[in-house]
Amino acid sequence: MTAKDQYKVHKEPFFQQQSNEVALYEAAYAARLPVMIKGPTGCGKSRFVEYMAWKLNKPLITVACNEDMTASDLVGRYVLEANGTRWLDGPLTTAARIGAICYLDEIVEARQDTTVVIHPLTDHRRTLPLDKKGELIEAHPDFQLVISYNPGYQSLMKDLKQSTKQRFAAFEFDYPEAKLEAGIVARETDMSEELASKLVKIGATARNLKGHGLDEGISTRLLVYAATLIKGGVEPRDACRMALVRPITDDADIRDTLDHAIDATFG
Amino acid sequence: MAEAHTEYEHPLMKGYREQLGCGFPQVADVFEDCMAEALSALSGEGIDAYLEYARFLCKMGRGVEPVLIFLEEWPSVATTLGESALPALKGFIHKMYKSPNGKAIVPFLQSLAAIARRLHSQEQMQDYMDLTLDFMARTTGSIHGIHATFASPGLPEFFQQTPFLLSQVSVAGLKNWVEYGIRNYHDHPDRQRDYFSLQSADSRAMMQRERSGTLLFDNERKLDMTLRGLWNVSDHFVPYSLKFDELRKPIPYYDKLGIRLPDVYDDFVVPGGPLSNSPPLGGREGNSLPAGEIIVSGLDRYRAVLAHIVGHKRWTAAIFADNMSPFQRMSAEFLEDSRVEYLAMRQYPGLRRIFLALHPVPAEDACDPAKESAVRHRLAMLSRAILDANHPYTNPDIIEFAQRFHAMMAQSESSTQEMADLAIAFGARTHRQSDQLPKIHFQDTEIDYRDDNRQMWKFIEEGDEEEAFDQNRKVELEEEIKGLPPRHYPEWDYNSQTYRPDWASVYEALHPQGNATDIDRLLEKHSALAKRLKRMLDLLKPQEKVRIRYQEEGSELDLDVALRSLIDFKSGATPDPRINMSHKTSGRDIAVMLLLDLSESLNEKAAGSEQTILDLSQEAVSLLAWAVDKLGDPFAIGGFHSNTRHDVRYLHIKGYSEQWNDEIKGRLAAMKAGYSTRMGAAMRHAAHYLEAQKADKKLMLILTDGQPADVDTKDERLLIEDARQAVKELDQKGIYAYCINLDNRLKPGADEYVSDIFGRQYTVIDNIQRLPERLPELFIALTK
Repeated sequence: MTAKDQYKVHKEPFFQQQSNEVALYEAAYAARLPVMIKGPTGCGKSRFVEYMAWKLNKPLITVACNEDMTASDLVGRYVLEANGTRWLDGPLTTAARIGAICYLDEIVEARQDTTVVIHPLTDHRRTLPLDKKGELIEAHPDFQLVISYNPGYQSLMKDLKQSTKQRFAAFEFDYPEAKLEAGIVARETDMSEELASKLVKIGATARNLKGHGLDEGISTRLLVYAATLIKGGVEPRDACRMALVRPITDDADIRDTLDHAIDATFG
Repeated sequence: MAEAHTEYEHPLMKGYREQLGCGFPQVADVFEDCMAEALSALSGEGIDAYLEYARFLCKMGRGVEPVLIFLEEWPSVATTLGESALPALKGFIHKMYKSPNGKAIVPFLQSLAAIARRLHSQEQMQDYMDLTLDFMARTTGSIHGIHATFASPGLPEFFQQTPFLLSQVSVAGLKNWVEYGIRNYHDHPDRQRDYFSLQSADSRAMMQRERSGTLLFDNERKLDMTLRGLWNVSDHFVPYSLKFDELRKPIPYYDKLGIRLPDVYDDFVVPGGPLSNSPPLGGREGNSLPAGEIIVSGLDRYRAVLAHIVGHKRWTAAIFADNMSPFQRMSAEFLEDSRVEYLAMRQYPGLRRIFLALHPVPAEDACDPAKESAVRHRLAMLSRAILDANHPYTNPDIIEFAQRFHAMMAQSESSTQEMADLAIAFGARTHRQSDQLPKIHFQDTEIDYRDDNRQMWKFIEEGDEEEAFDQNRKVELEEEIKGLPPRHYPEWDYNSQTYRPDWASVYEALHPQGNATDIDRLLEKHSALAKRLKRMLDLLKPQEKVRIRYQEEGSELDLDVALRSLIDFKSGATPDPRINMSHKTSGRDIAVMLLLDLSESLNEKAAGSEQTILDLSQEAVSLLAWAVDKLGDPFAIGGFHSNTRHDVRYLHIKGYSEQWNDEIKGRLAAMKAGYSTRMGAAMRHAAHYLEAQKADKKLMLILTDGQPADVDTKDERLLIEDARQAVKELDQKGIYAYCINLDNRLKPGADEYVSDIFGRQYTVIDNIQRLPERLPELFIALTK
C-alpha cells in the first residue's frame, strides 16, 4: 500500500445532496479551486468532503484544527535523532506532495498566524515554501485545499481574516429541511420515516431556541445518535433525552422546555 | 317579640337564657337558633363555658356585636377546632380588650369561623393568634414608651383580610407578609392601613411572593422558550391577577401588547388533597389516582394556554360577528376552540393528555333543560366529545356533530368560517325554547385554558348604541413613552436581612448633549499630564508575543536547548526532551464600567479650589476616558442620581460599542449635578451591562463624593447597607467594584461608610484638585 492509498476513502459514505453541491464541488475541483464549507456543527460538512474524496477517488488528509496548533504542525518540523536532526513533513506538506485533498476542519480554531501558511497554496502559485528546510514544494496537480468552519458560535476573536477568506470558493451548509433530514436519519439507521420525522421535529424545537439560551441547535448528527439508540432498543423518550437534550444544555429551563417538546411530540 | 318567645319557650331553654343573662334584645332574637346549634355541637361543659363566655362578652361594654357574633360562630368553630380551644381564645380576646385595640375584637370574631375552617387545628390557630398579638404589640402606638395609647391602625383591616389571605398563603407565609408590613409601615398609619387592607401594590406583591403554586414570574423564561421552541413565535407575557377581581374572573386572552396570563396556576390535582384548589374532576382522567396526586402541573397548564392561543394566532381568521346571534357566536367559539386544539395536537400529539385532563366532562344529565338554559352544557359536551374519543355521551346530535367535525378536519385544516357554519347548524338542530331561560347552566362548562376569543371577531359596526358616535376610539397611545421603560431592582433591607422586591425603579436615558470642544479644551489643558500618562499606558499595552521555552511539544526547535540535549545524548546522559519552544500572546482582557455619581453635592466647591467637584470630575473622567480609549479596553460610562426610589435615573454617557468621539465628549461636557445618591440600584443597573461583556476581568469604578442617601429614606444605614449588598452581588458576578471617593468634608472618620460598603476596594482622594491626574493613575495601577 502506497502512502497515497492509505489516505483513500474505500467505502462509499452515505451523503444526501441538499441541492446541487456535488456537481458544484466537482467543478471547483476540476479547476483546483480551494473550497470553504461553512455551516453549523453536525450538519454534514465533513461527511460531504469524505464523500467527494471517494467520488473523485483522491486521497483525503484531514486535520482537526485547535488553538494550540502551530504552523509547524501543518507544515512539518525538524525532529531530533541520534545523528542530528531530521525533517518530518506535516500533513499539509504530505498532501501537497502526494496530491491529496487536504481538509482543515474547524479552521477558525487555529490561530491566525497558523492560518496564513496556507496562503501560497491557495492562489495561482500553488507552492508551499518550507523556509526552515529551505525547500519550495510545487503542489501536486491533484492537490486541493478544503477548509470548514462554523460561523455560528464564533466570537470576535474567531473569525477568518479577509485575506484568508478571499481565497476560497464557498459552500454554505445548513441543517436539511425537515423531510430530507428525516430521510437522512431513516437511511442512516434504518428506522421508519415516521419516527425519524418526530426526531426531526424535536430537533427543530431546539433550533428555534438558538440564540435564546442555546448556542447551537440539535444537529443532524445528534438526531442520528438518538435514532441509533432507539434502534438499539432504548425507549424513544429516554433516547431523545439522552442523545438530544442532555448533551446540548446545562440550563434547567431549556432542558425542561425540550423535555416538554419530547413529551408533546411523542404523545 | 320577646314576649312571643317566652310564651313558647322550653323550660330548658329558659334556663340557658338565664344563665346567659344578657339584656340586649337582639340577642333574644337569635338565641334559640344559636342554642339549638350549640346543643348539637357542644358537650355539657362546653355549653356552660359557651354561655359563660358569652355572658362576659355581653358585659364587656363593647355593645351587642361581640356577643352576637360569638353566639353564632362559636359552635361551628368548636366543631372544627374542638371545644378546648376556648381558653386560648378567651386569653387572646382579653389581651385585645385590655389594649387600646378593643375595636378590633368585632372584626376578629367575624373572621373567626372562616379562619378556623382554613387552619383546622388548634396549634395553627395558636400560631395565628401569637402572630396577631405580636402584630398588635408592635403597631400599637405609645407616647414616651410608657403607655400604649393609640390603637393599631392596621389590625381591624387585617382581620377583614385574613380569611382571604389564609386561603392564599400558609400561616408562615402570612407571618412573613405581616412582618414586612410592620417593618415598613409601623410609623405610618395611613400606609399601614393600605398595606393591611391589601390596597397597596407592595402588599399584593409580598403576598404573591408567599403564594404557593406555579408563578408566571418564575416560569416566564421556560414559557417563552416553549413558545419559541415549539411554536416558533415570540410574544410578551402580561400577567393579570385572579385574586383581586372576585366578580369578573378574568380569563386568558391576547392582543397586540402580548399574551395575558394569570399570574399563578396551582397544580391541577386530584381533589381531596391538602392544597387542593382544583375544580372537581367530574369524569376526567385521574379519578383512580389518590387524592392530592398531581395530574397536570401548573407549568403544563400555562403551556396548554399557550398552545391554545398560538393555535388561534396561527389558524383563526377573524370573521364578521354582526349577523350572528350571541348563541351562535358562542357555538362558533366553542367549535373554533376545538379546531385550533385539534390542529395543535396534530403537531404535538402529547398535548392531548394535558387537554384531556383539563377539559371538564359535563355529565350528560347534569342540566335540567326545563329549568335552566342548556346551551353551554350542550356545547361543552360537544367540545368534550370532539376532544375525547372515549366520551360517555349518548345524545345522537352530539355524536353526529362530533363526527361531522372530524370529517371536516380529516380533509384539511378547515377554517373559522366553516366552524361558524357548523356551529349554526348545530344550533339549529339542538335549539330549544328553554335556551332563552335566564338561568344558565354553568357547571363543568368552563374550560379554563381557553382564551376569550376576542380576536376571532370583527365588526362592521362598532355597536347599535346611538350615543356611541362621540366615543373616543383611540384609547391607546395616550402617552408616548419617553425613554426606556423602567427596570426594577430589589433593595436590601439590613434590618430583616431580606430583599425588598422590585423596590427601586431605574429609568435609563441618554445623557443630554453639550459642546464637545469643551472636553477637547480640557484635554489640552492637561496635555502635560496626558503625555506622562501615555508613557505609562505604553508600558501597559499587551506585549503580544511571549516566547515559552522548554516545551516538549512546541512550534519550533529551540536550537540552544536542542544542542545541549544532543550533547548530553551523545555523551551518554539522558537528554532533556523539552527542546521545543512556542509562542503565546499575552493579552489584556478587562472590561471597565465607570459609574459617576451626579448628585447635588457635586455642585459644591472643592476645598481650596475655585472649581466645583463636578468640574474636576469632568476633567478627570475625560482624561480617564481618553486613556482607556488609548489602551483599547472595552469601556462604558454612566451617570446616576435619584429622587426617591421611584425615580432613579441612569444616564447613558458611553456604551461599550461606542467610540470615544465628539458625541461622547459632548455628553461629558453637558454633565450636570442634582438630586440624591441611591447607589445600590445604579450599581445593579450598571452591572447588568458589564456582566454581558466577555472579558476575563470586569472592573466597575464608582466615582462618588458622599454616602448613599435619598430623600425618602430616613435611616442612614439603609442605603449604605444596600450598597454594600450590591457590592457583594457584583462580586458574585465576577465584577470587581472599586470606589473613588471624593469626600469634601475633611472630617476624620467621615469616610468610614466607604469601607463599610467597599471593604478595602476604595481610595479616598482628599486633595480633590489632584483628581484629574489621580484618576487615570489609579486606573492604570488597578489594571496593571
